[in-house]
Amino acid sequence: MSEQELLQWVRGPAFEAASVIFVIGVLVRLLQTVLLGRSKDLSEARGSEVIGGLRTIFTRSVKHNFQLSTFNLYTMVAGYIFHIGFFVVLLLYAPHILVIDQVMGVSWPSLPTTVVDAVTVVTIVSLLAILVHRLKHPVLRFLSRFQDYFVWVVTILPLITGYLAFHRIGASPPTLIAIHILSVELLMVVFPFTKLIHAFTLFMARYYNGAFAGRRGVES
Amino acid sequence: MSASLQRGLNAFREAINAPVATFFNSCVHCGMCAQACHFYTETGDPRYTPIHKLEPLRRVWKQEYTFWGRYAKAFGLSKPITDAELEEWETLVYDSCTLCGRCSMVCPVGNDITYMIRRMREGMAASGHAPEGLVGATRRAITTGSPMGVKLPALQAQIRDVEQETGLKIPVDVNGADYMLLLSSMEIMNFPEFIGAVARIFDRTGVSWTISSAAFEATNSGIQIGVSDLAAELVQRVVSAAEHLQVKNVISPECGHAYMAIRWEGPNLVGKAFNFKVVHILELLDDLRKQGRLKVSSKELQKLTYHDPCQISRRGGVVQQPRNLLDMVAQNFVEMPDTGTMNWCCGAGGGVSTNERADELRMKAFKRKQTQLNAIQPDALVSACSNCRIQLEEGLEVNGMDIPVLSLTETIAAHLADD
Repeated sequence: MSEQELLQWVRGPAFEAASVIFVIGVLVRLLQTVLLGRSKDLSEARGSEVIGGLRTIFTRSVKHNFQLSTFNLYTMVAGYIFHIGFFVVLLLYAPHILVIDQVMGVSWPSLPTTVVDAVTVVTIVSLLAILVHRLKHPVLRFLSRFQDYFVWVVTILPLITGYLAFHRIGASPPTLIAIHILSVELLMVVFPFTKLIHAFTLFMARYYNGAFAGRRGVES
Repeated sequence: MSASLQRGLNAFREAINAPVATFFNSCVHCGMCAQACHFYTETGDPRYTPIHKLEPLRRVWKQEYTFWGRYAKAFGLSKPITDAELEEWETLVYDSCTLCGRCSMVCPVGNDITYMIRRMREGMAASGHAPEGLVGATRRAITTGSPMGVKLPALQAQIRDVEQETGLKIPVDVNGADYMLLLSSMEIMNFPEFIGAVARIFDRTGVSWTISSAAFEATNSGIQIGVSDLAAELVQRVVSAAEHLQVKNVISPECGHAYMAIRWEGPNLVGKAFNFKVVHILELLDDLRKQGRLKVSSKELQKLTYHDPCQISRRGGVVQQPRNLLDMVAQNFVEMPDTGTMNWCCGAGGGVSTNERADELRMKAFKRKQTQLNAIQPDALVSACSNCRIQLEEGLEVNGMDIPVLSLTETIAAHLADD
C-alpha cells in the first residue's frame, strides 16, 4: 500500500467504519442505561426535580462544593485545562472545521493555527500532569486499572500525532496525516466501550443527582 | 454457588437501575470522592475511597448490563463475584460509610455515590454479609418495635417521669390530633428531656399532638441494613397508626436517619403516597416561629455552633430552619467551616453506631469534627439528632474536649417565653 493509498483508506472506509462504531456504540450504551428505568418517587416533593437536575448539570462544571485541598486543586486545574484544551483543538482548528463541514455540513470560525498549536502543547502537558498524578497519588494508583491507562494513551495520541503532523516531524506529511487520522479513529472506536462514555453520561448523572437533591429542596 | 450468594447477586441486579448504571458509566476514577469522605481523610487508607466501596456492584453491572461485559462473562473472561469478596467488602459498605452524602456533592461527573451504597446494601444483606449489630437491631425492631428493644412499658415509665417533672399531660393515642410525634429509642432511653421539651413547647404554642402507643419508634434499621421488606414493615406500622388516629401530620424527631426513613423513603417503601404530611420537628418549630407562636424570653449567651445531621440537612433539605431558630435563641451563633449541606458527618450515621465492629473506625472519623470545632472553639455544640449527639459526646470526651452537646429543641424549650 502506497502512502497515498493508505491516506485514502484512512480517510475513506476506515473513517466510515469508525464513525459507525462510534455512533451506534454510543447509542446502544446510552439506551442500555436509560432503559433500565427508575421507579417513580412517591414522597411529597419539597422542590422541583427538573429544576434541580438541570441546575446541577450546569453547576458541576462551574462551581465546586469541595474544599480546595492540594489534591482537589491539582485535579481541578489539570482537568479544566485538559478538557478545554482538547475541545479547542478539536473544534477550533481550521482543518478540523473543514472535516466537520464535509461530514455534517456545519461550520464556524477557527482560531489562528499558532494559537491552536500552543493550546495543543498545553493540553499535552496537562495530560502528562494528569498521568503523573495517577501514578504518584496513593488513591489514584489504587483506583486505576488497565483501562485508565489505556484510555489515557488513546486520548493523548491524537494530540501528539496532530502536533507531529502539523510540524512535519518524523515522516512525510501524508504518512503523518494518515497516522493522525488513525489515532482519532482509534479514539472513536474505543470511546463507546470505555469510561470515555462519561462525555455523554455525565449529563445524565448530574441530572439524576440534582433531581434527587432538588426534590428534597437541596442544591447539589 | 451458595443460595445466599445467589440471593445477594439477584438483589444486586435489582439494585441496578438507570441512575446506578449511569453513575458507573460516568466514573473516570478521579479520586475526588475520597477527599470528601472522612473515613479516607482521617485514615489515609485508599480502600475507603467511596467509589471503591461499590466495586462488587460495579462488576455485576459490567458483567450483566454492558455489551462486552456479557460476552466476557459468557466466555468465562470475567471474574465472578465470590462470597469471600463480599465478606471483604462488608466492612467497606457498612463500617466505613455513614450514607452521609458528601461524596455525592463533590463528584465532578455528578455521581450520587451514597444512593448507590444504599442500594448495594440490599444485596449485601441478602447475601448474608451484613454486620451482626445491624442484624440484631433489625430483628429487635421487627419483634419488639425498637432496635434497642425499648417496649411500650419503658416509654410509659419515661412519660410518667416527664409528666411529673413538667406538670404537663403527655397525650397518648389521642384521636384526631394534628400531629403524631415519633421518637427514637435513643431519645426515649438517653434523652427523655426531649419529650419534656416538646411537651412544653407544644403546650405554650397550642399545638394539638399525640404519641401513638402502637407506633412510636421513628428509626428504621431496615433501611440502614438494606432490607426493603423489613424497612417497609416498619414504615407501615407508622402509617397504620397515623391512619388509625386520623392525624394530619407525623413529626420526625431529632434523628437524622429516622427523618430520611419516614419522609423520603417511607412512601416508596410501602408503595403509596401518605395521606398525612411528614414534618421534621425543626420544620414545625420554625413554622411556629414564623407564625409568631413560638417565642423565647431569653437567649443562650455562650458561643454556639450547629452540627448539621446529614440526613436532615444534606440529604433531607432542612438547612435553613435550624439557623432561623438559632438566630432566635442564640446571642452568639458561629458556623463551622464546611457547614450546611457540606457539613462533615459525625462518623456514626447510617447504621455505623449500631455496628460494634466499627467502634474504633467511627472514632477516627470523628477527628474531622474535632478539626472543624478547633477552628472556631465554641462553648457548646447544638445539633438535632440523638445519634449524632451520642457520637459527638463520646468523641469529645475521648479527645478531652470540654464542649457540651445540646439538642436544639431542648435549647429552645429552656428559653421559652411565658405567655
